[in-house]
Amino acid sequence: MSHENEIKSLVWGAVLLVLAACVPLVANGYWMSIALTIAMFTVLATSWSLFSGPTHYISLATAAFFGVGGYLVGTGMSDYNMDFWTMVAIAPVVGAVLAFLIGIATLRLSGVYFVIFTLGLAEMIRTLVSWIQNNFTGSRGLYVLTDLTEADIYIYLVILAAVVYLVGWWVNRSRLGFALRIIGNDETVARHVGINTATSKVILFTFSGFVAALVGALIAPRYTYIEPNGVFSPEISFIVVIMALLGGTGRLWGPIVGVIPFALLQEYINANYSNYSTLVMGIAFLVIVYFLPKGVVGRIEQLLASRGRSTW
Amino acid sequence: MLKRLFKAAAIATSASFLAVAAQAADVIKIGQVAPKSGPLAGGAAVTQWPNVELWSKQVNAAGGLNVGGKKMMVEIIEYDDKTNPGEHIKAAQRLAEVDKVDFIIAPYGTGFNLAAAPIYAKYNYPHIGVSAISDKMPELTARYDNLFFTLGNTTSFTDSVIDILKDMRDAGTIGNRVAMVNVADAFGIELAEAARPKIKEAGFDIVYDKSYPLGTPDLSPIIKGAKDSKPDAFVAWSYPPDTFGLTEQAIIQDLDVKMYYTAVATCFPAFKGKFGSKIEGVFGAGGVNQESPKIQEYFKAHKEITGKEADGWASANTYVSMQILGQAIEGAGTLDRKTVTQYIKDNTFDTIMGPISFENQISNKYWTVGQWQDGKFRGVKSSQMDGAAPIVAKDGWN
Repeated sequence: MSHENEIKSLVWGAVLLVLAACVPLVANGYWMSIALTIAMFTVLATSWSLFSGPTHYISLATAAFFGVGGYLVGTGMSDYNMDFWTMVAIAPVVGAVLAFLIGIATLRLSGVYFVIFTLGLAEMIRTLVSWIQNNFTGSRGLYVLTDLTEADIYIYLVILAAVVYLVGWWVNRSRLGFALRIIGNDETVARHVGINTATSKVILFTFSGFVAALVGALIAPRYTYIEPNGVFSPEISFIVVIMALLGGTGRLWGPIVGVIPFALLQEYINANYSNYSTLVMGIAFLVIVYFLPKGVVGRIEQLLASRGRSTW
Repeated sequence: MLKRLFKAAAIATSASFLAVAAQAADVIKIGQVAPKSGPLAGGAAVTQWPNVELWSKQVNAAGGLNVGGKKMMVEIIEYDDKTNPGEHIKAAQRLAEVDKVDFIIAPYGTGFNLAAAPIYAKYNYPHIGVSAISDKMPELTARYDNLFFTLGNTTSFTDSVIDILKDMRDAGTIGNRVAMVNVADAFGIELAEAARPKIKEAGFDIVYDKSYPLGTPDLSPIIKGAKDSKPDAFVAWSYPPDTFGLTEQAIIQDLDVKMYYTAVATCFPAFKGKFGSKIEGVFGAGGVNQESPKIQEYFKAHKEITGKEADGWASANTYVSMQILGQAIEGAGTLDRKTVTQYIKDNTFDTIMGPISFENQISNKYWTVGQWQDGKFRGVKSSQMDGAAPIVAKDGWN
């Protein structure tokens, strides 16, 4: 990508950000809650693809970090009378430390081994959390009672999305991003040319853990009552991957192109085919995989390319 | 002749148009979001959905609700929350903003009631919570002045079990040895933690105290450990899957106790369906007055209209929450939600569980412990309910 293009994408990003920030001014409660879902998954899918896009390491650990964020806010506020914002500050740090430790331990795994490990991670942490509650801290229910509205949480998430984009933009331009792309193409080659593959991967994995935990913490007031089963649900990890792949992970703005249509499609199906939503969703997946194997972004670029040829 | 026919047809057509128009205006739209898929779908299929069907069909069969002299039919708009709080919130918003429903039926599950509470409060829907058990009810009702609770709090459930232990010890049926286990998940931990000090305080020895993770497929070590501790009583703060799993193992290993309690789902028809006569004398969370004619009539209608059997606990409470809503709409004579909410606060309702009223938005009439006796799950301990059956000692797994 040329320098000019990068500046252009930054400007576009800024315009989109301003538009996104205006949503609460026009949306009613219903559209606000859809916008909030979109914002949440935009942040999760974008930070996911910062790591998984270039390296091709499919991580299913999103729910693990998201859950840690939500759980910490719940337990902090209910069991230790902490302030919401204090817990929001603590949660992502814990998420990052956890991701760092897990990264060091597991990023030597590759391919399907890494996928399976990350899939088990959320379940492992959920069980660990329950074990700690059961044996040490106890539980009286995890209540997150604040006066934050969906519009407030939405704005926080949009700001967070902007930060994640900036970081992604910077990473793409940096030596780190270059290193990651080489790792994704051929890890052996990357090692041979002197790239510290482990460090590069761990840095990005830690960042995505930080962001997912922060999202989990910020969204907690929306749920009011935190159940470990809900916040550590493996569904969150899968939806993030599906949304990112639908958009395309080759570009920084790819995931959002996936998140928006996917969230709207999901809403349409739930609203109109409530009793068959799982079935219709499954059919939608098949259609996506067959007709958009490289995601929406890939399709757009393909169309642009073929139009380019025809004009020649 | 032709002309007359034409005229008649015209009148008939316009009449039917009028009828359609009148019908559209005379419908009360009531929204319901609850799980049809995901972990809670099984419980909702027993306790929640059949009652929605039963109540709405009964109301419409009677010609609808009388709202200020006008009969209005009810129309239920339902969504599956997939046992996912994010989905639930979206669906609740959809009910309020897109479908513009007049009223709502409370969600299924503590977490879902609390997740939806701010939304229903914002639109002033009277929110008569049933499947929501919390020790924070006073704080929550102070926060949301449209929110009502009807199924009791955590403390009352543990206290009632301890009362049973004391009753049986006083009667000389059991000694002091209690084995207690719990599922290591939110509600299980909460109940065990509340019960532990109180059981000790009541002078019992907890000879076995173990937990197991949610979803443990093999519970035989838990029952084996409990059996080895030679308890007089066995208390499990359990969830549906482990209520079945523990009982299955207790039967296989012949856990010989005079008092056997498992918590959630012990009252389900499927529990009896699976174990038959073997569960005679088993205690569980919930209860119902099987001798009450109103309850018998309700059970009969439930079976006839939905084809399913009601459970021995929250089925009745869930139906009662809809009775209260219907009576409040008729009593207030309006669809104005604030007026109806106020009517609920100020009045007593004639329900299948007897007269129900609210004190600070909380109803203190509910069952806490039931027992399988002669193939029926009978309420034995309650908060302010009449008709408790005397408790019996468990006599083997036959």
